[in-house]
Amino acid sequence: MATAQSQPGSSPESGSSPAPDWIRAKPLRHPGRTIWAVVIVVGLALFIYGAATNPAYDWSTYLQYLFDQRFWQAAGITLLLTVLAMALGVVLGVALAVMRLTPNRIMQSVSWVYVWIFRGTPVYVQLVFWGLFSTIYPHLQFGIPFFHSFFSVETASFAENVFWLAVIGLSLNEAAYMAEIVRGGIQSVDEGQSEAATALGMSRAMALRLVILPQAMRSIIPPTGNEVISMLKTTSLVTAVPYTYDLYARARDLSVETFNPVPMLLIASTWYLAFTSVLMVGQHYLERHFAKGASKVMSDRQLQALADAEQIHASQDNR
Amino acid sequence: MNAMVDARNVYKKFGALEVLRGITLNVQPGEVTCIIGPSGSGKSTFLRCINHLEQIDAGRLYVDGELVGYVERDNVLHEMPLRKAARQRRDIGMVFQRFNLFPHVTALDNITMSMVHVKKAPKEQARTRGLELLEMVGLSSKAHAYPAQMSGGQLQRVAIARALAMDPKLMLFDEPTSALDPELVGEVLEVMKDLAERGMTMVVVTHEMGFAREVADSLVFVDRGVAVEAGVPAQVLDSPAHERTKTFLSKVV
Repeated sequence: MATAQSQPGSSPESGSSPAPDWIRAKPLRHPGRTIWAVVIVVGLALFIYGAATNPAYDWSTYLQYLFDQRFWQAAGITLLLTVLAMALGVVLGVALAVMRLTPNRIMQSVSWVYVWIFRGTPVYVQLVFWGLFSTIYPHLQFGIPFFHSFFSVETASFAENVFWLAVIGLSLNEAAYMAEIVRGGIQSVDEGQSEAATALGMSRAMALRLVILPQAMRSIIPPTGNEVISMLKTTSLVTAVPYTYDLYARARDLSVETFNPVPMLLIASTWYLAFTSVLMVGQHYLERHFAKGASKVMSDRQLQALADAEQIHASQDNR
Repeated sequence: MNAMVDARNVYKKFGALEVLRGITLNVQPGEVTCIIGPSGSGKSTFLRCINHLEQIDAGRLYVDGELVGYVERDNVLHEMPLRKAARQRRDIGMVFQRFNLFPHVTALDNITMSMVHVKKAPKEQARTRGLELLEMVGLSSKAHAYPAQMSGGQLQRVAIARALAMDPKLMLFDEPTSALDPELVGEVLEVMKDLAERGMTMVVVTHEMGFAREVADSLVFVDRGVAVEAGVPAQVLDSPAHERTKTFLSKVV
């Protein structure tokens, strides 16, 4: 054993050995890639040429209406619907996920049944139901059942607030999906984490907030980004309530008004696409934030710092 | 003076499986007790019972004179309210085989998190104490590193510092070096030895017989859910009284 031992500090003695002959190999050729690139570029060019010259697209009308006040107002409403429905959906979804994971059987069942119903029926149908809410329940009474009513609300007034019915309809449906996403995220966190938190004297709620959820976020955010984008487009179904001030409804209205549907649909699509693009950028930054500590991979700056430290080490050894 | 840990005929079942079958064990304040035994013998389960990560099914277990996990009124045991159990655990530090550091925060934040949120210490004070503890385990330079960027030995030293941050009166170690590369075991044992010299009461489940011999005040051999033999480490290791201890030791040493 002792004989096999080399001298201490047998690391490359930068002083004596010459610098290595760094490899500069010829890169591998990929002819297939070039061929595919040409095929795709040509196909794309043909499509763009076709679209530009096809009179059905009517680009002049498209440009004329693209930033029309009626469109950007509707776009704003669609965005507002998305933000509100998502916000409520996330909050309710987290609550449902936590309920599902408590040891309390009743809470578990409530959460399960909720998800079963709201995920199991089409959102379009749910929105129609919300539109009929005041027909189904003309008044809501608050008090002791069958005994005494403190006050009662006439729901006819709800029917006038179609916007909020749309928000409620969308968010309650979304909550069911978010509940599953959050539950999956929480369950993906190693059991040892909550154990360590418990051993430090944290309560369940504290462990969830400080230790479990921040780690669960990594697996929650990508599908949630998906949900936001999906929600943006699902808002086009609020016509079922019926609510008719969103982007898609506006595009239909203007189609009828101008007898020219194609550019109107193109404009609506452009707005939807613009919003989803912005959302994708936001998602990227969120993911980066919650990826903190997740990777062994060091940044170039960290690697440089390590290399510098090695240098200092080597020079000290040589002295 | 109360014993720090006083286990009397403790039983623990998982379903039909009896993992602990009447463990009786006593740890005095300032003492280091090492628990050895074959895998599946119940030694880790016993450790987890001490801070009520597992609830015992028979017998009594006291830490510093206080019943663990139950409240006894008029000779009837009641399950302990969660808040009270959490309060009990604050005084008992635990170090896990798999470290269980929080990967989403830095080494320093791992240490200060419970100080700030559980003990409600001011942030600045927690930070100062956190840096002190990191220095004690020899990792001042890693304060702002994330767990993924550290070696196993460093992780376990941070985990020890994290447990110490709550100023525990008792430290539990659940095979703290079993998940480490052999070359990294020494640095963790060094920190533990240092801690023992400072008078910390420790219960250590371990396979490191050298550490047990050198640092422990008493050594307990656990097999099939019972404490088969206990005594001064040198005596248990060199001249075990029981056949089962002899068999086990002949396999490990």
